[in-house]
Amino acid sequence: MRPKVGVFDFTCCQGCELQILNCEEEMPDLIAALDIVAFREAMTERGNYYDIAFIDGACSRESEIVSLKEIRKRAKIVIPIGACACLGGVNCLKNAYPMDEVLKAEYGEAASYYDTIPARPISAVIPVDFFMPGCPIVKEEFIRVVQELLAGRDPYQPNDPVCAECKAGGNVCVFDKGMTCLGPVTRGGCKATCVTGGAVCWGCRGLIDEPNIHAEKEILESAGLSMEDITKRFNLFNVCQEGVWK
Amino acid sequence: MSKIDIKVNQLTRMEGHGNLTVKVSNGEVEEVRWEITESPRFFEVMLRGRPWHDAHVLVSRICGICSVSHQLASLQATEAAFGIEPSEQTILLRKLLYVGEVIESHILHLYFMAMPDFLGAGSAFSLMKSHKDAVLCGARLKKLGNYVMEIVGGRAVHPQAATVNGFGRLPSHRDLLCLRGRLKEALPDLESTVALFKGFELPEFSRETEYISLTHPEEYAFIRGSIRSTDTGGASIDQYPEIANEYCVPHSTAKFAKHVRGSYVVGALARINNNFEQLHPLAKKAATELGLKPICFKPFMNNIAQVVETIHEAGEGIDIIDELLRAGIREEQISVTVRAGRGIGAVEAPRGLLIHDFTYGEKGSIVKANCIIPTNQNHANIQHDLEELVSCNLDKNEDELRLLCEMLVRAYDPCISCSTH
Repeated sequence: MRPKVGVFDFTCCQGCELQILNCEEEMPDLIAALDIVAFREAMTERGNYYDIAFIDGACSRESEIVSLKEIRKRAKIVIPIGACACLGGVNCLKNAYPMDEVLKAEYGEAASYYDTIPARPISAVIPVDFFMPGCPIVKEEFIRVVQELLAGRDPYQPNDPVCAECKAGGNVCVFDKGMTCLGPVTRGGCKATCVTGGAVCWGCRGLIDEPNIHAEKEILESAGLSMEDITKRFNLFNVCQEGVWK
Repeated sequence: MSKIDIKVNQLTRMEGHGNLTVKVSNGEVEEVRWEITESPRFFEVMLRGRPWHDAHVLVSRICGICSVSHQLASLQATEAAFGIEPSEQTILLRKLLYVGEVIESHILHLYFMAMPDFLGAGSAFSLMKSHKDAVLCGARLKKLGNYVMEIVGGRAVHPQAATVNGFGRLPSHRDLLCLRGRLKEALPDLESTVALFKGFELPEFSRETEYISLTHPEEYAFIRGSIRSTDTGGASIDQYPEIANEYCVPHSTAKFAKHVRGSYVVGALARINNNFEQLHPLAKKAATELGLKPICFKPFMNNIAQVVETIHEAGEGIDIIDELLRAGIREEQISVTVRAGRGIGAVEAPRGLLIHDFTYGEKGSIVKANCIIPTNQNHANIQHDLEELVSCNLDKNEDELRLLCEMLVRAYDPCISCSTH
């Protein structure tokens, strides 16, 4: 029996769902191996029970809490995909302000029509079974996790910092190029794609299990960043882990 | 037909969350409502205090499908604020990055969101059995769009290489040659796409309205230009607040917009209506074959406009690469001098006119931001089209009318998480 799979989206850009659709070459095999029963962005049919539910997006409204609890009831395995679902992601930047101020800033006098709550990761609302981090998720990782689930295994979670893959990939360290980076404390598994792609690590995959925060702070400070700069950099994707940072 | 009660919660095969309500009783239309229920993310609030070098990284996350458009609008806003004029090479590479996004986004919509309606299916997944060749053709073209973004930008979703005043990583001569080859190889698939969509019967529906897009004297405008309306002619970018006139409606978390009429349209059809003569010759040929010429007031023809633009961008891509190869790719010094001030960036995202307006403080952090999203500018027109479409089709049964309304909304290729941002 092919496992029944649902793909759901909440507060996000839907880029992680797009990454699933971007598995163009693997698509025929994925469709053969999985019984995709819910995927609103790509299909009209909708099933109600799921062996695996992939959840894209953070939770930022009361109505989303209700929907998430409903999905949890109907799914055997729940996997948040992407920085928004795993960490809250960029959505949590608004949490620095009172919600009524946030609403007013966007909608002005019409603010009372709408509602929002501080953004949070999916695991803050319902129990989850695994995390697939990244902004966006890595296609190859999605395929690997599906393969592992099909084989009945717990998926492997990378726990080396981005730096390990960055070095292995032969990149010049961005600190040596006069820039700064969160690679030393960020969970790898992305092949350091941002540094390879000409930028720096922004920390979208969240922290490794035992990050050396003290050392990271030191190297950022010695590269000339103030504590305010460091906090801003870190907060881009990791507001919900702010306690660890400060 | 006496009573119709259509309630579509979370319309499918579309980016984002929108609901559709149609109520008809005794031949009288009682209610037609296009409702946006997407959770707002408040990007304008998130942008407060962000430093100039990561503003484009953050706004990229407004949209997974059109992340390149958001990056480029944002980079241009920052460059305008700082008085930076990027090099010719940077502009060419940005255009090439755009080629990838337009191809990927249009093909995603055409094959994976729109096509199932024309073939009586619920998804492209289920069409793998009955129309495997068509689905695989779409998958190949979609992959091509992603490949362009990977080569030029670093990856397909939220690419990393584009930065203020340049690229953090440049494609090699060899990369560009490979890319050129891949674009050439795609021409038969593009021809098949024309043949496929020529075979689909589009619902007959026309409603006169206003079409707004960028326009540029030297090119079919995607990443630069001034504003042009089919009703009122030219306007400069900084006049955008008087063009969009955004307003809130209680049933939609996305804002609506209107200009001189009750609504206007942006996107592929608006661009073709304004800039048809500047299309690539291959695209013009396809437009003729598909019966598309300006001015076209048929919203379902936006699908066809996307087919034509996909071909335009493939042709453009080859020409841009030739230009880059002739000049040779050079490492350039990326220099940025921060200053306080306001800058506006405008591009044509796949779904239409996109504007980012940033005000920077002296230290190069954002003080104020405003983003005008393509789909917001289409919501009011979708509502008006739906009203007329329903009243012209009261002879249809409920299922037929529901499908017709859904197809109309999909024809606009709405990008709703973008529009709510």
